[in-house]
Amino acid sequence: MSAVANPTHVGEPDTPVEYFEYDDQVVRWFTLATLGWGLISFLVGLFIALQLSSWRLNFDLPWLTFGRMRPLHTNAAIFAFAGNAIFAGIYYSTQRLLKARMFSDALSRIHFWGWQLIIVAAAITLPLGYTMSKEYAELEWPIDIAITVIWVVFAVNFFGTLIRRRERHIYVAIWFYIATIITVALLHVVNSISLPVSFLKSYPVYAGVQDALIQWWYGHNAVAFFLTTPFLGLMYYFVPKAVDRPVYSYKLSIIHFWALIFIYIWAGPHHLLYTALPEWAQTLGMIFSVMLWAPSWGGMINGMLTLRGAWDRLRTDPILKMFVAALTFYGMATFEGPLLSIKAVNSLSHYTDWTIGHVHGGTLGWNGLLTFAMIYYLVPRLWNTKLYSIKLVTAHFWFGITGTGVYMISLWVAGITQGLMWRGITAEGKLMYPDFIETVTRIVPLYAVRALGGSLFIIGFLLMLYNIWMTIRGAQIAAPEKHRAHRLAKFTHIDAAVLGNKPHRILEGMPMVFSVLAVIAVVVGSVIEIIPALMVQEFNPGSKAVRPYTPLELAGRDIYVREGCYTCHSQMIRPMVAETLRYGKPTTLEETQYDRPFQWGSKRTGPDLARVGGRYPDSWHYRHMLNPRDIVPQSIMPNYPWLIKDKTDTASLQQKLKVMKTLGVPYSDDDIRFAEANAQKQAEEITARLKKDGISQASADKEIIAMIAYLQRLGHMQPTEVAAK
Amino acid sequence: MNVLILMVPMAIGVSFVFVVAFVWAARNGQFDDLETPSHRILYDEIDLKKGTQP
Repeated sequence: MSAVANPTHVGEPDTPVEYFEYDDQVVRWFTLATLGWGLISFLVGLFIALQLSSWRLNFDLPWLTFGRMRPLHTNAAIFAFAGNAIFAGIYYSTQRLLKARMFSDALSRIHFWGWQLIIVAAAITLPLGYTMSKEYAELEWPIDIAITVIWVVFAVNFFGTLIRRRERHIYVAIWFYIATIITVALLHVVNSISLPVSFLKSYPVYAGVQDALIQWWYGHNAVAFFLTTPFLGLMYYFVPKAVDRPVYSYKLSIIHFWALIFIYIWAGPHHLLYTALPEWAQTLGMIFSVMLWAPSWGGMINGMLTLRGAWDRLRTDPILKMFVAALTFYGMATFEGPLLSIKAVNSLSHYTDWTIGHVHGGTLGWNGLLTFAMIYYLVPRLWNTKLYSIKLVTAHFWFGITGTGVYMISLWVAGITQGLMWRGITAEGKLMYPDFIETVTRIVPLYAVRALGGSLFIIGFLLMLYNIWMTIRGAQIAAPEKHRAHRLAKFTHIDAAVLGNKPHRILEGMPMVFSVLAVIAVVVGSVIEIIPALMVQEFNPGSKAVRPYTPLELAGRDIYVREGCYTCHSQMIRPMVAETLRYGKPTTLEETQYDRPFQWGSKRTGPDLARVGGRYPDSWHYRHMLNPRDIVPQSIMPNYPWLIKDKTDTASLQQKLKVMKTLGVPYSDDDIRFAEANAQKQAEEITARLKKDGISQASADKEIIAMIAYLQRLGHMQPTEVAAK
Repeated sequence: MNVLILMVPMAIGVSFVFVVAFVWAARNGQFDDLETPSHRILYDEIDLKKGTQP
């Protein structure tokens, strides 16, 4: 068959023409899944926002408290809403950019259903309190393994398509997808490595500062490679398509990509500024974060200027308006991010709502609006029809940006207000607001304003659901179009000229397979070499002055983790005057060396707890957990009545200590053998103290006792201190 | 901080993978033409029934 004259294929070898169809069915599924999970994640988000402005909405029900709902919201928003949106966009654009059907229809379907099952598993386990407590990586080990499997299915499907492509040039969007797939796999696996205690409970192999560093290396790059690079890829495809003109500068887009991926991976430590993390690592994280300004803005400007000469269309095309607004929010979020990474700014912003405001500028404004615009672009094409109402899209646009704006601004004000109140010191050198609750009541009204912003955003989204429903209702999906393209020659003259006939040209001829194999080699090699070393005792920071948790404290700690206390309380006192005045001396590395998982936290809706042990009597904690308002009338913390009713799980303590010992915690064989008995003994001591303080109904086998044991130990690491207490 | 023994090789490993990818891309001629690919993506919807083509 002779080649048809084709100006874009000048110089291509004369290969046969092939006919093929794209698989749009899986794109339709992912699109609908995006909308369905989007509704759920937004509603859960609104619910927890309202819980902060009105604590009664915790309803005294374990599975509805903020600490368990917040991980559900973040996981649903990131992996269910954004995740399905990414897959929809990638499956649609990849096939068209590579001029090839997806590698395997079966893999596409396994990917779709597997991912939805994982989301359902998350939606069940998180409210039930099965959590690793590592932010955006809370899911327990069986689900982590399922995620890995499905991600590999996606990778094989994607790279298989890449190898079979009929377009030699790999468009920049594809590069962004490649970076996403490779890096997310690595991040997920490394951060989730843990040793199971039971079917839904495990301890991470890293402890304390190591766990913190790995977690925030993951946490930051989850934002980078799940919420940024794939969406930039989508932007580089869908914005030019929607405007119907090429991206402003293709060269700039290539530079944007390579600069971004080489800088992003190093920026994680900016989540741990002023913590016990070594100073040099903090500075490294800060510098790379500031460097990110350049490529981020390069990409933002590149997307914006794609509309050169077509700006007038913003007046009539609300989908374009959404794309441009999304890019604007990307620009704002990537300006604010490096700003917050500067240590001086971070000292004010960290642990406050400023961070939450910043994140939502990115997620609602950038990821949300870009996803909505993409779906408005896709649905008429996928269902072979016209949008039901352009006016509703315009309304959605205004609700969307107004909601995001109200959300961001209210939390900027809340964060800066609270940050300044925390650090306020009088002329006499005392705290200006010594009661933490003062700084909370001041910003509670702003939590209500934030909920209003979220509501506006959701109203816009409901308009979208109605609009899309009316659009696809009764639409006749067209039979797949036949496309044609030349088959790609295996090796071009360029390959031959550069590489000659050397044997390794076979390897280099399969670059993607080679990349994947290289990553796997690096990961497996590192894991095999390093993990045992981490687990050996002498590799621990190893201050003998810090004793491991007693069995009862460990049981209490697991309850602390289960209830998601870390979502509102930090355990990391920074070396600043205001912090040491309020909480005590700064947290040291050694103090957290047995913390699996670490509980440094990232937000202080309530005060830091690193040194709360011994500050109040046991009975204070008992009453406070039962109803915080008995002690602090304006408190917004939920009640935890079930801790008084439910029995502590002491049966699993032997196994828990055994796993801890395997991980390098110096428990003796007797410690393990008598774990239950020791827990019993300590529980009875606490119960006796409670009864002396007038709490006659206290019972040693209840969870509250384990919780008190853990809380009273915080900040008291030395055996002598405990004995003296 | 021993975890750096794990993280630094991993970060360098990832960077290395992308360096390899970049070198491959450059040698493969991916960056020889930085003008037409951005135009080409706009013309992918070939309708054979109507006989139109890019």
